[in-house]
Amino acid sequence: MAKSALLKSSIAKKVAMALSGIFLMLFLAQHFFINMTSVFSADTFNSISHFMGNNPLVQYVIQPILILGVIFHFIMGIVLELKNRSARPISYAKNNGAANSSWSSRNMIITGAVIFAFLGVHFYDFWFPEMVYKYVDVNPLNEARYFHELVAKFESPVRTALYSVSFILLSLHLWHGFNSSMQSVGFNNKYSVALHKLGYVFAIVVPFGFIFIALFHHFNH
Amino acid sequence: MKLTLKIWRQKNAQDKGAMVDYQIDGIEPDMSFLEMLDVFNQDLMGKGGEPVAFDHDCREGICGMCSLYINGEAHGPDRGVTTCQLHMRMFKDGDTITIEPFRAAAFPVIKDLVVNRSAFDRIQHAGGFISVNTSGKTVDANAIPIKKEDADKAFDAASCIGCGACVATCKNSSAMLFVAAKVSQYALLPQGRLEATDRVLNMVAQMDAEGFGNCTNTGACEVECPKGISLENIARMNREYLSASLKG
Ligand code: HEM
Ligand code: SF4
Ligand code: FES
Repeated sequence: MAKSALLKSSIAKKVAMALSGIFLMLFLAQHFFINMTSVFSADTFNSISHFMGNNPLVQYVIQPILILGVIFHFIMGIVLELKNRSARPISYAKNNGAANSSWSSRNMIITGAVIFAFLGVHFYDFWFPEMVYKYVDVNPLNEARYFHELVAKFESPVRTALYSVSFILLSLHLWHGFNSSMQSVGFNNKYSVALHKLGYVFAIVVPFGFIFIALFHHFNH
Repeated sequence: MKLTLKIWRQKNAQDKGAMVDYQIDGIEPDMSFLEMLDVFNQDLMGKGGEPVAFDHDCREGICGMCSLYINGEAHGPDRGVTTCQLHMRMFKDGDTITIEPFRAAAFPVIKDLVVNRSAFDRIQHAGGFISVNTSGKTVDANAIPIKKEDADKAFDAASCIGCGACVATCKNSSAMLFVAAKVSQYALLPQGRLEATDRVLNMVAQMDAEGFGNCTNTGACEVECPKGISLENIARMNREYLSASLKG
């Protein structure tokens, strides 16, 4: 079969969506562990952040892949959504979606769109200032600055609240997303029940862990 | 029982169609949903109205011909049944029941509640079969040993009656559960393995060409399927498709 036909197929799109989603979850997990250190030790957080911010592999290879990954997942999500909407031009006068599926599974595009908007805010808060600091103003290396920058950001109750709400939507996205991705790549067997539980644990622990970190710095600065 | 029926009326494929409200009295709780519609149509014709067109055949849950989206669910609120097996005791006196055709771009309305599901036939023609020599030298299927577990799973998949409730229910109008059932019933058996690669590639290509949406694993199809076809089949089809693509 021609490779082009494979790439156009509905199943390949599903798999691409799943793999990009899992990739983003891996990123999220490492981001979570690094941020968690800020609760326990400013020094640890500073040294890891300094490493991540100045290691050429992280900066010039992993970071661009990550950004492309987000963009890919986002665009693919929109493409699938448009295709799926066009598959039912006349909608039902009465539809009882709650009778057969979860809210999170039916609203991935909404939770995803909120995450995307959040990423915009998050880039504006952390990533752009960081890029300007390092590559535009070319400030001298300062390993001790990261912790204070982080804490300063979460002084604002508005930002803390905005982040917390976004993480709740992220939790809903992952609540369906992880298990969905396993099904998409064809993993459904006797281990699935256990794996699904693990997916739910991730969907709760990681986003609510982020909320905890935000609240912790908000109340402890 | 006295009921208010909100029914989709559409003269033909070109007509725009609209929901129309009707009243009906004298419905017994032991009637099936289709019997209720028969009584309703009789009444309507007596008043000089055009009867509501709806699909049905066996009326015992095996042919897959009946359809209907009843109160927001394919084959109505009961589980594991087709519309012909749905009984009026699932409803209460005074209820309003909304009755719509299955909705999908790939299932265009022919008239009222009747939709054209021949997209499913074309998917079947693309690979939902095995090629057997019928010259008389055919090996008896029972002569080939098959693991009980696989035979059971193949049989479960084969119980799909092609009703299209999975498409009607899915928010994306995806036909994955139907196609997965048809792919799986052969993929699990040695007789089906010979043509497995072409089968899955061709059936999925036809499914996509018919304009069904993409599966997002909401699982609604499995819940509404009258035959309880499992999502496991979709995962199997995904695996079959991926390995077939890499081979092909
Ligand atoms: C950029 C904003 C995002 C948008 C617009 C978005 C949108 C979507 C959409 C529309 C789906 C498909 C629905 C489905 O298949 O059920 C999806 C699936 C998924 N998303 Fe996202 N998402 C975003 C961000 C994220 C992030 C940050 C993560 C992880 C940290 C993530 C993880 C997943 C996973 C694991 C899936 C399941 C893939 C599958 O269904 O096979 N998404 N997303
Ligand atoms: S999978 Fe179930 S709902 Fe879909 S066509 Fe077959 S029997 Fe009907
Ligand atoms: S009429 Fe045959 S399954 Fe309902």
